[in-house]
Amino acid sequence: MFNRGWVIGGIIAFVAAAGFPFYWHVLGRHEPFPELERPKGEKSCVEGVAYMRTDHMRLLHAWRTAVVRDDLLIYTASNGKRFEMNLHKTCMGCHQSRDRFCTRCHDYNDVSPPCWDCHVAPEVPEVRVQQSEISRKETSDDMQKGSPS
Amino acid sequence: MTLSRRKFLKTTAAAALTAMAIPKAGQGFELEGRMSPGPKALKAKRWGMVVDMRRCKDDCAGACIKACHAVHNVPYIPQAEHQVMWLFLEPYENAFPEQSRGLTAGTAIKQKFLLMCNHCEDPPCVRACPTQATFKRQDDGIVMMDYHRCIGCRFCMAACPYGSRSFNFRDPRPFISSINPGYPTRRKGVVEKCNFCQERLEIGQMPACVEVCKEGVLTFRDLRDPDSTVSKILAKHPHMRRKPDLGTGPSVYYVL
Repeated sequence: MFNRGWVIGGIIAFVAAAGFPFYWHVLGRHEPFPELERPKGEKSCVEGVAYMRTDHMRLLHAWRTAVVRDDLLIYTASNGKRFEMNLHKTCMGCHQSRDRFCTRCHDYNDVSPPCWDCHVAPEVPEVRVQQSEISRKETSDDMQKGSPS
Repeated sequence: MTLSRRKFLKTTAAAALTAMAIPKAGQGFELEGRMSPGPKALKAKRWGMVVDMRRCKDDCAGACIKACHAVHNVPYIPQAEHQVMWLFLEPYENAFPEQSRGLTAGTAIKQKFLLMCNHCEDPPCVRACPTQATFKRQDDGIVMMDYHRCIGCRFCMAACPYGSRSFNFRDPRPFISSINPGYPTRRKGVVEKCNFCQERLEIGQMPACVEVCKEGVLTFRDLRDPDSTVSKILAKHPHMRRKPDLGTGPSVYYVL
C-alpha cells in the first residue's frame, strides 16, 4: 500500500472526528438531559411514556390530520381511555408550561417544530413567577460555569 | 476476490430482506381506527347559510363580525391591503356586481351585505391549491383550510371569485387585541378564510355569527334536508346567490 502512514492515520483521524458525538455521549461528557416539568397529579399520558417520548410527533400528526381533514374528535387510547384530540385542551391541559416541557426537550434535541407559530401556548400566571425565578437561577448558574446558554 | 453474478444477486437480496425485517420506530402501533367523531357533533349532508337581509340592521354595529373575528383570532390590521377578513360587509354593487343595475332603485341598495366564504359545491380554490391545503369535506360540504399545509402561493385567492380569502402578509399576532387561546392564530404566509365554524360544530355549537345575531338574520342548517329551516326559508322567499352563472354553487343564500 502506498503512503500507508497517511492512509491509516487519515482513517483514524476521520473515525475520531466523525464518531465524536457517540463516544462523547458514552463517556458521559454530553450536556445533561434537561429537567422536564411533569404534570402534577397525573400518572399516565395519552399513551405509554416510552411511546410518547419517541413517537408523540407521529401521534400529534395523526391527530391533526384526523381533526382537520377527517372530521374526527375523540381518540381512544390503548387502555380504553378517551381523549379529545386537541393540543390546547388535552396536551397542554396537563403539561401546563410549554417552556418547561416542550421547549426544554426540543432545544436539547436541537429541533424547532413550528407548533407555536399558530397554536397559543397556555398562560399560567401563578407559575410564571416561578419560571422567571428559574430562568434567573439558570442564568446565574450558567454565568458561574462560564458558558452562555 | 471474484464474485459471480449469481452470488452477488443472492447477497444483495438477502441484505435487502434483512433490512426490511428490522422493525422501525413507531411500527407495530396502529393509530388508525382509534379515532371517532365527537359525540355531540352537529352533522349535515351539506351545511348552508341563509342571510336574511330584510332583518339585518346597522344598529348592532356588526356584532356577528366581531364575534367571528374574536373567536377565530382574526387580526385587525388598519392597513387596507393587509386586512384579514372572514366575515365582512360590502355594498350591493360589490356583492352582486352583475345585477347591480337593475336594482339601483331598490330598497336593498343602501344596505351593506354580509359576505363570507360561500363553501361552494364545486370550489375553484380547491382546484387551484397545489398542496391540498384547502379542500372540500365530502361528508358536509365545508371548504376547509389546513394551515399546516398552506405554502402561501395564493393561487386559491386568485381562483376565488368572491374575494373571500385573505393572506397573512405579516405576523398577525400583534394585531389581535385579545387572543382566544382555544383556537390557533395564523402565521405569516398562509391564506385564511371562514370555516363555517367547523371547530364549533364538532363540539355541538352553532357558528359564532349565527349564535350572536339577535335579529335572526343568519340561519344555518342542512341544505340537503327538505325539512330544515334553511330549506323552508328558501322554498318560501325569493333569494339569490352570488355569481351563480360561474357554476360554483355557493352554500350561502341571500333573502332580499
